[in-house]
Amino acid sequence: MEKFKDFKKRTVIAPDGEKIEIDPMKDYYCDAIPTPRKDYDKIPGILENFKNWARSESLWILAYGSGCGAIEMRPLMTPKHDAYRYGIQWRPTPRQANLLMISGYLSVKTLRIVVRAYEQMPSPKYVMGLGSCTINGGMYWDSYNTINRLDHFMPVDTYVTGCMPRPEALIAGFDELKKIIRAGKGVGADKYAENFAWYKENQKKILGDVGLPEYSW
Amino acid sequence: MFTFNEDRSLFPEHDEKGKPIVDVESGQFTKIWQGPIHPGMTGNMSLELTIQGDEIMDCVTHVGYLHRGFEKLMERRRFIQCFPICVRVAVPEPDFNEYCLASTIEELGGIEVPEAADWMRTLLLEMSRLQSYLAQMGGQGSSFGLGLIGQWTIWARDLVLDRFEEISGGRIYHMHMPPGGVRSLLPSGFVGRMNETLDEISAVMEEVERVLFHNSVFKKRAIGLGYIDPKWVDEYGITGPNARAAGVAKDVRKDNPYLMYDRLDFDVHLEYDSDVFARTKVRYKDILTTIDLIRQILPQVPTKGEFMAEVPNVLHWKIPYGETYKRAECTRGEYGYYTVTDGSGYPRRINVRGPSYTHAVTLMEKMAINLNIADTAGVMSSLHTYPPEVER
Amino acid sequence: MMKEIVNRLKEKFPVTAEIYQRDDLTFVTVEKKYGVDAVAYLKEYEGFTHLVLLTAVDWLEEGEFQLTYLLNNPKAKHDIGLRVRIDRETAEMQTAHHLWPAVTTYEQELNEMFGISFPGSPRQGHRFILDEAWQGPPPYRRDFDTKKYSEETYFPRPGRSKIDPAEHMKKKLYPEGM
Repeated sequence: MEKFKDFKKRTVIAPDGEKIEIDPMKDYYCDAIPTPRKDYDKIPGILENFKNWARSESLWILAYGSGCGAIEMRPLMTPKHDAYRYGIQWRPTPRQANLLMISGYLSVKTLRIVVRAYEQMPSPKYVMGLGSCTINGGMYWDSYNTINRLDHFMPVDTYVTGCMPRPEALIAGFDELKKIIRAGKGVGADKYAENFAWYKENQKKILGDVGLPEYSW
Repeated sequence: MFTFNEDRSLFPEHDEKGKPIVDVESGQFTKIWQGPIHPGMTGNMSLELTIQGDEIMDCVTHVGYLHRGFEKLMERRRFIQCFPICVRVAVPEPDFNEYCLASTIEELGGIEVPEAADWMRTLLLEMSRLQSYLAQMGGQGSSFGLGLIGQWTIWARDLVLDRFEEISGGRIYHMHMPPGGVRSLLPSGFVGRMNETLDEISAVMEEVERVLFHNSVFKKRAIGLGYIDPKWVDEYGITGPNARAAGVAKDVRKDNPYLMYDRLDFDVHLEYDSDVFARTKVRYKDILTTIDLIRQILPQVPTKGEFMAEVPNVLHWKIPYGETYKRAECTRGEYGYYTVTDGSGYPRRINVRGPSYTHAVTLMEKMAINLNIADTAGVMSSLHTYPPEVER
Repeated sequence: MMKEIVNRLKEKFPVTAEIYQRDDLTFVTVEKKYGVDAVAYLKEYEGFTHLVLLTAVDWLEEGEFQLTYLLNNPKAKHDIGLRVRIDRETAEMQTAHHLWPAVTTYEQELNEMFGISFPGSPRQGHRFILDEAWQGPPPYRRDFDTKKYSEETYFPRPGRSKIDPAEHMKKKLYPEGM
C-alpha cells in the first residue's frame, strides 16, 4: 500500500499554464489482455520451422536472479562454462529477453515482480524453472512466504532439477529447451493467453489486487 | 581525502533529525525505483530513490524479495534437519552458516570437537572466504563497467569451487560441518592440487592489481566515493572490511579468536580513506592474507585421526535449556548465530545476524544521499551487501 | 571482569537473573521498565558501544516475549546479552532507536514479524520484509502454523508427504513394534 501512494490521480500544470489530469495507474499500463497466435498448436510449416530454429539458437535470458540459482549464472557467463557459445546471452531488461529463468524459490514479493517481467517480455517467450523449489517447493515446502508450484502462475517449458543445479545441468537444460522450441512446442505465451483468467485468478489469490494491473506490457 | 568543491550536503534541506526534506508533490523531484532487477552482483533488493537531476535526494531500501522464513522453518525442524537448510541463508559463502550453527549447538549440547575437525573447519572457512572475495571483486569491477575483472576472478573462483567439490562433493553448498565435527578429512593428493590452485589465483590477483588499481576509470570514479565516517562504525554496527577501510581494526579472527586462528600468523590490514577505493584495497589485501593463511593451514591438517565427536542419536537428540551466541568473521563482517534451546528436540529460536543487516538497510540509506544514480551500484558492491541475510 | 560489570549494573538496576555462558559472554535479565535505561547505561558507561543484534524469543507457554539486546564491547572484547521479558498480550516496549540508528531496522522487523510495538520508533507499521498483500498474523509468533498456511495458500503439488525421521527409523528398525 505504502508503495503505491504516489500513484494517485492528480492535476499537473504544464509550463504554458495548461492543466493536465493524469492517472498514473492507468497511464502506465495497458490493460488489454493478450491473445494467442492463430493455429499455434498445428504442425508447423517450413517458414515456422525456420523461425523456430532461429528462436532456439538465440535464447536471450533476462538477467534477474530471483533465488539461489542465480549464483551459477556468473560461472555460465565466464570462461569456464561460457554459455555465450550456444547463442545464449544475458540481457538487462525484459524487453530484450525471451527466456525467463526462475532461479529457485519465489517469495511472494518476487512473484509480483516476476509476473510483471514475464508479461512485459515480447512473445514468443519461454520459462525455465531451476531447482526443486520451483517444482514442488523443495526445501521450503512448508514456508509461509514461498510459492510451491511455479506452473500455477505462468506456463513453464522446462524444469532443471537439483538444489542448486550445476552449470552443466543448466547447459543440458538449454539443450532440452532448444529441442522443444525446434519441435514447435514452445508455445507458453499462447497457453498463457488462452488460460489467462485461470492464471490471473491464481496470481490474485496470493498477490491481492494491490498494484497488480490486469496485464502490463 | 577527497573533498567536494561545493558543500553539497546543503541540499536537500535536512530537518533536525537529519532526515532530508523532500516533497514529491512539489514537482522538483522525481521518484524512481532501482531494482530489484539489478545490474550488479548486489542481489535482489531495491532502492526507492527520490532524485533531482541525477542526484539522489532521498533513499528508502526495500528488502524481502528473498524472504523464506528460515528462522520459522528451523523452529519446526530437528537440530540435524536445521543443518541442510541453514546453508541456504547466504549463497556466496554458506560455510559460515554451517560453522556458526554447528558451534552453537555444540556449545549448548556440551560436545567437544576433535582437533582435526577444527583444522578442517578453519581450512573450509578460509577457502569459502577466498571464493566469496573473488566473486565480490568481479562484481566491484563490473559495477564500474570493467567486465574483464569479473571474467578473470569468477574463473579463479571456479578453481576453488573445484577443490570444494573434491572435499565434499558439493559446488556451492558443501554441508561438510555437521554438529560434532566434519564429514571427512582431506582426500589424497589434495594439498598439492590446492597449492597449484593458490599459485594460479596469486597470478590472477597480480593481474587484477595492475588492471583494477591502476585503472584511471576506476580511480576517477572510486576515489572519494561512498565515504564512511569512522564515527559511524559503532553507530551503524559496521563490521568487517567496511570498518577496516575506515581505519577501525575490527576482525573477529583477531578479536575473539575461534577455531585455530590464534595459532596462525596474520595481520589485519587497515586503510584510512574509507571510500570505495579503500574498501576494494582492503579486500584485495585480505585475499592475499587468505591465500597465505591457507598455505599455513594445509600442512597442519591431520591426514588421519578422529574427526567426528561422539554425538547422540540425532533423531532423539535433546538439548537442555540455554542460549548462546557464536560469531565468525565472514567476508562482509561479523556473522553470528543466536540460538535458544528449551530442552526439546527442536530449537526454540535461531536468529541469524548477518552483517548486511545494517550495511544494506540503515547505512545504505544514509550513504545514498547526494550520490549520482550511476554510482549507487558501485557503492552497494563496495559495501558487499547480500540481501538474503537481511531477511533470511 | 564480567562479574564486576554485572555487579555495577546491579547497583543501578535490579537484575533478576545472570548466566555466565562463556568467559566473554554473559546474559542478564532486567525488568521491562529498566530495559532501555540499562542498555543506555551499558553503552555510555561500560563501553558496550556495538549493538550486535536485537531479537525476540516467543515463550508461548509462559505468555511472554523475551527481547535480547546483545551488546559488544570492542575494546575489552566482551559480550553481554540483556534480556527483557515483556507481556505477550500487550507486546509493547520502549524504543531504543535514539541510541543507535540501526535499532530502527531491528524494531521495524520485530514489529512486523512478532507484532511487538515500539511507540515512538520511526517506521512502525511499515512493511519491511513481508509483501503488501500479507493478511496473516505476525509469522514468527509460535502459534502461527506455517505448514498449514502454506498448504492452504500456495497450491502444494499433490503426492508430497513428510516422513518424520524418528517414526520412519522406528518402523524400519523394529517392524514388529518395540
